[in-house]
Amino acid sequence: MAETKQVIVRIKRQVSPAGTQYWEEFALPWRPAMNVIICLRDIAENPLTREGKKTTPISYDSNCLEEVCGSCAMLINGRARMACSALVDKLEQPIRLEPFSKFPVVRDLAVDRQFMFESLKRVKGWIPIDGTYNLGEGPRMAPELQEKAYPLSRCISCGSCLEVCPQVNDNNQFIGAAIVSQVRLFNMHPTGAMHAKERLQALMEPGGIQDCANAQNCVKACPKDIPLTESLAEMNRQAWKQALVGWLIG
Amino acid sequence: MRQPKIIVVGGGLAGLMATIRVAEAGVPVDLFSIVPVKRSHSVCAQGGINAAKNQKGEGDTTWKHFDDTIYGGDFLANQLLVKKMCEAAPGIIDLLDRMGVMFNRTPEGLLDYRRFGGTLYHRTAFAGATTGQQLLYALDEQVRRHESEDRVKKYEGQTFLSAVIDESGVCRGICAMDLRSMEVKTYPADAVIFCTGGVGAIFGRSTNSVVCTGSAQSALFQQGVDYANGEFIQVHPTAIPGEDKLRLMSESARGEGGRVWVPKNPADTREARSIPEGERFYFLEEWYPKYGNLVPRDIATRAIHRIVYQEKLGIRGQAAVYLDVTHIPKETLDRKLEGILEIYEKFLGVDPRVEPMKVFPAMHYTMGGIWVNAEDQATNVPGIYAAGECEYQYHGANRLGANSLVSCIFGGGLAGPAAVKYARSLEKGAESAASSVYENERKRQEEKNQALISPDGTENPVTIWRELGEVMTEHVTVTRINKGLEAADVEIRELQERYGRINLSDRTRWSNQTLNFARELGNMLILARVITLGALQRNESRGAHYKPDFPERDDANWLKTTRAKWVRGDIELSYEPVDISQIPPRARRYDAAK
Repeated sequence: MAETKQVIVRIKRQVSPAGTQYWEEFALPWRPAMNVIICLRDIAENPLTREGKKTTPISYDSNCLEEVCGSCAMLINGRARMACSALVDKLEQPIRLEPFSKFPVVRDLAVDRQFMFESLKRVKGWIPIDGTYNLGEGPRMAPELQEKAYPLSRCISCGSCLEVCPQVNDNNQFIGAAIVSQVRLFNMHPTGAMHAKERLQALMEPGGIQDCANAQNCVKACPKDIPLTESLAEMNRQAWKQALVGWLIG
Repeated sequence: MRQPKIIVVGGGLAGLMATIRVAEAGVPVDLFSIVPVKRSHSVCAQGGINAAKNQKGEGDTTWKHFDDTIYGGDFLANQLLVKKMCEAAPGIIDLLDRMGVMFNRTPEGLLDYRRFGGTLYHRTAFAGATTGQQLLYALDEQVRRHESEDRVKKYEGQTFLSAVIDESGVCRGICAMDLRSMEVKTYPADAVIFCTGGVGAIFGRSTNSVVCTGSAQSALFQQGVDYANGEFIQVHPTAIPGEDKLRLMSESARGEGGRVWVPKNPADTREARSIPEGERFYFLEEWYPKYGNLVPRDIATRAIHRIVYQEKLGIRGQAAVYLDVTHIPKETLDRKLEGILEIYEKFLGVDPRVEPMKVFPAMHYTMGGIWVNAEDQATNVPGIYAAGECEYQYHGANRLGANSLVSCIFGGGLAGPAAVKYARSLEKGAESAASSVYENERKRQEEKNQALISPDGTENPVTIWRELGEVMTEHVTVTRINKGLEAADVEIRELQERYGRINLSDRTRWSNQTLNFARELGNMLILARVITLGALQRNESRGAHYKPDFPERDDANWLKTTRAKWVRGDIELSYEPVDISQIPPRARRYDAAK
């Protein structure tokens, strides 16, 4: 008898931020090129658990489905990654889906990552232009600098680097590798460099660069292969230099 | 003096640019977005942004950019604003450069430019193959700066439900729903700028992001905001087929020298790279010697359909052709195209630097959209403005690659100050509207939620949506036949009927994504009919709109803008002349130089 191949998915659920977490299991018909997003859509179209119990569709964040918007990050078989690029055929079953643990759960797999956007404000993550009126071309830039900076500018604020960082916990509000790396990016830019001190100052406040304990989990978790440990080391060096200069000048 | 208040709905490129311009004018802005704005669909744009900077000594000019755009759009775009956009484009590149966008550079430290479809000039500035992401981030950062200085207030995680329009027909704000608490509230404003993107979800699978449903445009349409040229839908020639999404493989792959081909023998089972040059059919290069692989998208898409469906030359009989970049040095690929090659590698597990990619056309861009005037992005309802992909003004019957980013930024930059000027000119602002105007709209929207959440239905919204996508993709994309379009309209109306019996499997009142999706679906169904009816009426072929029964462009009868109106609960189409004051229409062909 030809049996249809099944995909077994276990999902950690939670109805609201204050709700308790519980698991539900689903058995879905396998299809070629399935990813985790397709599994979640299949459940939405037919919300029945493996035991045949009626349930609600899974709440989760998603948007671009090509790993460039940063929405659909979650724990998949215990690993922080994007659901859209998690191909079912490459995952061990049952596939376990859990929300990130370092961010407040909104519902099911959806979490609140506002902390990251607030942090970008804190470090003044922008090039302070005078205005959008016509002021001619920007500064010239060596291709070498562009090639160094461009990989940093691909950070999608997914939060994977915070999720895997031991220094992000209930007792410690480390700002995270993504933000530190963004400071490096802005401080590298010829105009941004004019205001490097302000950003470094922000990085030296509580939760800043000194909270990095060099576990190096971040760089392995980053879906965009951003050289995060290089950024951490570089910003640590700059922060020390600035602290030293400040101390010497008094 | 009274301080006006502006709302921007949508935080992609156009919305962010509008927000920045309003904030710069010293007017407070509320910015509404379904997703955190940094996650907007603009991040998906890959290849680049056009501006005739003439930095390769080819004699490019803004007029040539303008002419390419009008010609590429098959003369359906109104010409004055397009001309202004092309003239503004070099300044837009400068601005983005000043904002810190990491554009690729030449050895001299200047911006590098590459070729794109529908032009013979190197006119496209780019940041690897993630240009949209880089541009969106630059504007996102500027908005964050304004936000930290209290000029902008963001409402992320809110979905737009309807405009608040008073009894004199003037917009006084919006009604929106918080996607966590599901609370429905109204927000007063003197003017509202809509930058709500494309309508990909109406076609089920497309290159668009999940939020690109056209729901906001449809809601506005049902409140009396006209919709223009709905039938013009761009199908991009090269995407990776997928069940959840058709992932774009940017035109920049061809701009950097990528070639499209199929084996001359469709039964050839050899690996692509072991098929000798002489046994490959480079059909775009053969059919269009002047532009080759860089013909505009509508042309390339139809050529691929012809290869697969008429010539039966798809790879091993499948609906696929090769997009080949394996002859380009790896170093060049990594420096200029890494972002897209990485997508192919991650989602298919095949390295496109070594193996030619298998691609097929996919619904990609909405040329039509909210009707706006030819001066300043104002719609026909006072106080409502629109910019970006959600409006119809810049791309005519077919958009040229790398023109969308420039039209978003130009349109958003125009809409911001225009809304400020309008808001300041009002004798009495939103504060003068009766509170009942807001309360009635809120109640109306609350009642819609209540009706959807009531438990008697039998129909699943995801199923209806999937069927809608199938109907639209089959009948209303590349090849349009009147019989098929008529059948599609009947099917959509049946789906609407089934929609009336919807059953939400989630009736909770916290972060109910099913309820929100059901609301969007109702709006998608109506906009799907606007698109289908527009296509049915237009008996000619122009740009992306192709009818084999009417294979020629027919300027005598159809050099017209389609304008859809909502009249007593139904769609009415009317037609208005196109502005051709600058460039007289001429035949459009890409097998020879213009």
